[in-house]
Amino acid sequence: MKSSVITFPGSNCDRDIDVALKKFGFKNKMVWHADAEIPKSDLVVLPGGFSYGDYLRCGSMASKSKIMQSVINFANSGGMVIGICNGFQILVETGLVPGVLLRNKYLEFICKNVFIKINNKNNIYFKNIDNDVLEFHIAHNEGNYFCTNDQLKEIEDNEQVAINYCDKNGNIGEQFNPNGSIKNIAGILNKEKNVLGMMPHPERMIDPSLSGEDGSLFFSNLINNLK
Amino acid sequence: MIVNEQIAIEHGLKNDEYKKICELLNRTPNITELGIFSAMWNEHCSYKSSKLHLKKLPTKGKQVIQGPGENAGVIDIGDNDAIVFKIESHNHPSFIEPYQGAATGVGGIMRDVFTMGARPIANLNSIHFGSPQNKRTKNLLRGVVNGIGGYGNCMGVPTIAGQTSFDSSYNGNILVNAMTLGLVKKNKIFYSKAAGLNKPVIYVGSKTGRDGIHGASMASASFDDKIEEKKPTVQVGDPFTEKLLLEACLELMAGDSIIAIQDMGAAGLTSSSIEMASKGNLGIEINLNKVPCRETKMTPYEIMLSESQERMLIILENGKEDQAKKIFDKWNLDFAVIGKTTKSKKIELYFNEEQVANIPVNTLVENSPMYDRKWKKIKLPKKNKIKKEDLKNLKIISVLKKILSNPNICSKEWIWQQYDHTVMGDTIQKPGGDSGVVRVHGTNKAVAASVDSSAVYCWAHPLTGGKQIVCESFRNLISVGAKPIAITNCLNFGSPENEENMGEFVECIQGIGEAAEYLKYPVVSGNVSFYNQTKNEGIKPTPSIGGVGLIKDYKKMITMDFKEIDNIVLVIGKTEGHIDQSVFARNILDEKNGPPPEINLFNEKNNGETLLKLIDNNLIKSAHDVSLGGIITAIAKMCIKGNKGINVKKPKYLINEMEYLFAEDQGRYIIEINKKDFKKVTDILNKNAVHFDDLGSIKEKELYINDKTKVTIDELRSSNKKWLEEYMSK
Repeated sequence: MKSSVITFPGSNCDRDIDVALKKFGFKNKMVWHADAEIPKSDLVVLPGGFSYGDYLRCGSMASKSKIMQSVINFANSGGMVIGICNGFQILVETGLVPGVLLRNKYLEFICKNVFIKINNKNNIYFKNIDNDVLEFHIAHNEGNYFCTNDQLKEIEDNEQVAINYCDKNGNIGEQFNPNGSIKNIAGILNKEKNVLGMMPHPERMIDPSLSGEDGSLFFSNLINNLK
Repeated sequence: MIVNEQIAIEHGLKNDEYKKICELLNRTPNITELGIFSAMWNEHCSYKSSKLHLKKLPTKGKQVIQGPGENAGVIDIGDNDAIVFKIESHNHPSFIEPYQGAATGVGGIMRDVFTMGARPIANLNSIHFGSPQNKRTKNLLRGVVNGIGGYGNCMGVPTIAGQTSFDSSYNGNILVNAMTLGLVKKNKIFYSKAAGLNKPVIYVGSKTGRDGIHGASMASASFDDKIEEKKPTVQVGDPFTEKLLLEACLELMAGDSIIAIQDMGAAGLTSSSIEMASKGNLGIEINLNKVPCRETKMTPYEIMLSESQERMLIILENGKEDQAKKIFDKWNLDFAVIGKTTKSKKIELYFNEEQVANIPVNTLVENSPMYDRKWKKIKLPKKNKIKKEDLKNLKIISVLKKILSNPNICSKEWIWQQYDHTVMGDTIQKPGGDSGVVRVHGTNKAVAASVDSSAVYCWAHPLTGGKQIVCESFRNLISVGAKPIAITNCLNFGSPENEENMGEFVECIQGIGEAAEYLKYPVVSGNVSFYNQTKNEGIKPTPSIGGVGLIKDYKKMITMDFKEIDNIVLVIGKTEGHIDQSVFARNILDEKNGPPPEINLFNEKNNGETLLKLIDNNLIKSAHDVSLGGIITAIAKMCIKGNKGINVKKPKYLINEMEYLFAEDQGRYIIEINKKDFKKVTDILNKNAVHFDDLGSIKEKELYINDKTKVTIDELRSSNKKWLEEYMSK
């Protein structure tokens, strides 16, 4: 399986995701934001970080990078694209997934482990994962997902909510919401379910010595689903 | 403007220093030259009051590749890998403008590390605030934490450990010390020594603006009522540009075109160009019209003294300019050839085709003032006699809860959760343990780092306090299974012109030196911050020690959380019952006098090395050093982290139970071992003449003392966690 990770100026999880993808069997290529075309890929990842310093609005300048037209075309033709953290922010700025990401409710950067409940397994990203609840890791300042009521209805009707913040038993409640996001949304899909945007960083949980191993579960499942 | 004595004094120079400048030049300096002298001769850049004493510190060792004098220290961790590290203060600016002050402190120290060719792999910090009741404290704390996070998070470098304290002596002068570790191949380390004639001098990074002018001079003076007016001397950070600068520099460094490189930190273009020339015994000629400026009509004086951030000065091999420029173009950064090296041994500046400065380099560096300041020796205070009736009415559990919720002991999770501590995917021990630990990417090795200070001990007796911090740093590394290699120090003191403050400085250094020498734990880098005082009030002497150690096999790393029920808990090291200057004495008995606990360097070394042996033999399940709050506080933290209980049994010593549990005797560790290993472990301890007490065994979820008094671990956790969260949410 071939993957591509886009490096924007200010990306800082590009190496981490490269390590993770390779560990689980992807042949990964790093792609520079100023390139015109992504190489032939089965998966494109927009990594975490602070693209363009997150100045103006998180992800907004990166969404206008030269490479993004090629990423958008790839997504629109059914190609798989994951945006993690800043990558998610870039995805919402391109409009590939609906909604916006606001500043965290308590106005503080949060770095910690959280539990997420898989809301929908009818997609290539979460299909075949046995667990309903995973322990993931978040590190962000602007992860407070927001959309209009109409959008929310549409997202829910289309089963686009991928994952929600919850407790270890899968209960979704305000007290388990780290950033104030609407309905505890931690990740969403596009209508066609080939584009996934999420705040948690599975690439930081790929080894028992790190924050946990549920990231390994995510990546190994993903490559099996792709095969 | 014609320079005179009055203008020199306004630049922070003393009368006789100004006279010396005129003598050295054999004329009156012009305003640009005066600015350059004032920047190079201030305390922050010249170390004029500290140099004489810093020379006494041990700086050499088998694993030391580079000691003090470069941008950062470098140690060898085997397999052609080296760690570059340093700690630096950003105290004065952080008090004036906490967000930018702290942020640029973090940015500055990372630049010091990647200037040497190393990719930063971990950040740490030591931050100290006034009394929680002081009305500025909360905003300063919030601003500093946001600033540290804002910069480090954006750079994508994990913040893996730190220390936060509160003391009323910091009411008017907070401390912000930032430390960075970087990883480099031994054969790819870059230095700041210029070499060769007519080599191009290159400016890269951000444009120069009017921010931070006189920053280093500001940091070399005490505060007064007008400190609000000093805001323009604080630099403004742009972590995004620094991230680009990091990647661009590392890309250029992969080739062989750089002769020397130096970041523009304190005193900006002035100190970077002069230091490179001085080390290479060369001259430098700069055309200031070529310097990329952010604002119009900047004068030579402003360009030379600006402390705008995210800039580097590079001396390149001839003919490599185009190739280097391509890299900086790719990263959208300024790149300008601004001058060349010369044989004149002078710094010659041109602006609008006129020479605006012409100063022999040695007058700025070798001839800078050096003072042997008067200092007062501080006697060891007399021990207090603790009255038995004072202890009688105290209940152990309520004292323990009070101590766990003390601002200086409570959990700092509210702080470190705002720092990205997991980016780079190698953090294997997060903040909140004895040391932060990161793997050396792609290897089985890991590097542990800790930052420590003990202002109360240093204030009570600087010589003992100085030794104590080095020992505590040593213990914090050993507790996670790392072999301590070397330290960096950040020496935060009051005014060197005050004999008592100077005495504290001299004796703390003496203590640091003695301990570092004995433990073979040399000082490889550091910085001095004097004048942490407002009017005549100085801070408690607060040297911070950043320690770095190596774990050869990261799978052998130890954490402090209790692991398994029925395992046995021992305390290594003898408990004599030293209560003076302990948290117990100061906060529970309200006794603020007396000596700090004594340091026995033999025991420190022997106990620590023996514990490392036990760890290497896989006999240790968890470990934690005993520090503030004594044995019971250490145990409570291990219970909280592991969500386990214990039945603590005080051995039949003659000392009182309270003294046994809360004493802060040094050289001690709590360790958890498996029952079946008891004999093996105690044999090794006995063979090495290490004293130990058996404290009991691990239970479920409750802490008992001598079978009777008990408290749930959840209660202890809530005591430990809630103070800071509640304080910050009010």
